[in-house]
Amino acid sequence: MPIRQASSRNSQSAVLYAAVGESRGSRFVERTGKAVVKSLSAISKGENSITDNMEDLLAAVASTQDRDAFHSLFDYFAPRVKSFLLGKGTSPELAEEAVQEAMLNVWRKAHQFDPSKASASTWIFAIARNTRIDLIRKTIRPELDPNDPALVPDAPESAFETVLASKNAERIRARVAALPEEQKEVLHLAFFEDTPHSEIARKLNIPLGTVKSRIRLAVQRIRSEIGEVE
Amino acid sequence: MNIDHHPSEALLLDYASGALGEGSSVVIATHLALCPTCRQVVRDMESIGTALMEDLKPAPLSGNIKPDIFNVPFAAQDGEETVSAPTEASLTPVLPEPLRRYIGGDLDQVPWRRLGLGAYQCLLSTDEDETIVRLLRIPAGKLVPSHSHDGMELTLVLNGAFSDSTGHYVRGDLQEADGLLEHQPQAAAGEDCICLAVTDAPLRFSSLAARMVQPFIGI
Repeated sequence: MPIRQASSRNSQSAVLYAAVGESRGSRFVERTGKAVVKSLSAISKGENSITDNMEDLLAAVASTQDRDAFHSLFDYFAPRVKSFLLGKGTSPELAEEAVQEAMLNVWRKAHQFDPSKASASTWIFAIARNTRIDLIRKTIRPELDPNDPALVPDAPESAFETVLASKNAERIRARVAALPEEQKEVLHLAFFEDTPHSEIARKLNIPLGTVKSRIRLAVQRIRSEIGEVE
Repeated sequence: MNIDHHPSEALLLDYASGALGEGSSVVIATHLALCPTCRQVVRDMESIGTALMEDLKPAPLSGNIKPDIFNVPFAAQDGEETVSAPTEASLTPVLPEPLRRYIGGDLDQVPWRRLGLGAYQCLLSTDEDETIVRLLRIPAGKLVPSHSHDGMELTLVLNGAFSDSTGHYVRGDLQEADGLLEHQPQAAAGEDCICLAVTDAPLRFSSLAARMVQPFIGI
């Protein structure tokens, strides 16, 4: 793509991001106070209802450094993040060290959370994954910079799909549960055993092409369903 | 121009799960900076990972873990982010992040080294020993000698274009080659073709002449 075009598109996207940021800010302030009370009572009723309020809890941490909201996030996520980190034979001690680091990063980076891009759970999952790479695998994960002027921005309409990120996450969850076992198996190995697709082939003793097609089918199945619903 | 050649789902999943090594991740992350479509795929894959994580049986924490975290002083809300230096609109970099960080600047600051036949390369320094990551500059219109790969090669076009038997590749396009592909890429006329490439094994040139100079040109 020609460079000149990118620059004009970028200034457009800067305006767009500013607009989204502003609307997000005011909505946060308005919702946060009530949301936390609601979320905390939801937790005492049972774990499932908390997932609906994750965004509000994270917003409360971001906007008012709300410690109670952080407690709630910690109580729900820390044991799950620990399970996730225990994959591939990590010792419980190291896993807990990584849980602490991950949850501390949730606190520190809460203000970077963008509900138009990801649900709160997915945002926290990404932090847990990066902590695993950093602390357990001790390698580096190169990532793009969302503020990079060379970044080709998302199509304008998707920047306004604020509600859809958490809705998408819900739909994806339902679709994952309905996947055939053999497709679920490769996804499990990828995420919990931290295993690249080439190694999955060796592990399951199936051809690389089969692993690739299972992944492709699983991902298309999950994503096409989302496309249809929208 | 639109991106027609994307990484496979398997490769994007490796990036989303975090299993992909640093060398390949530089190439994938740089592609993601140029490709909103694949960014959305990766976001959806992260949601898949999240769904799987939330369905795990929670592992009980040992008692003292929570007091520990609450005794840590709360970090300042700013100063954590890596924000690109402000750039004038007219100076949009050619190389996106995270590639610029590895080069230490944009295209005009690449310390090119001559490869012969008018081509140049710049090796990127990573912590990973298993792969070699490099920027390649092939003069407009030139043919790269026919070669195949013992392992995989990912090639991302950043400037200009190239073609081979598998198609035509422009800025943002990514070619994913395995040990089976033998190809002879040709840079398109007009501009030098600049690519970011990662390999996990040396290339295997088909012609004797190319094989003879290979040790000297360092590919």
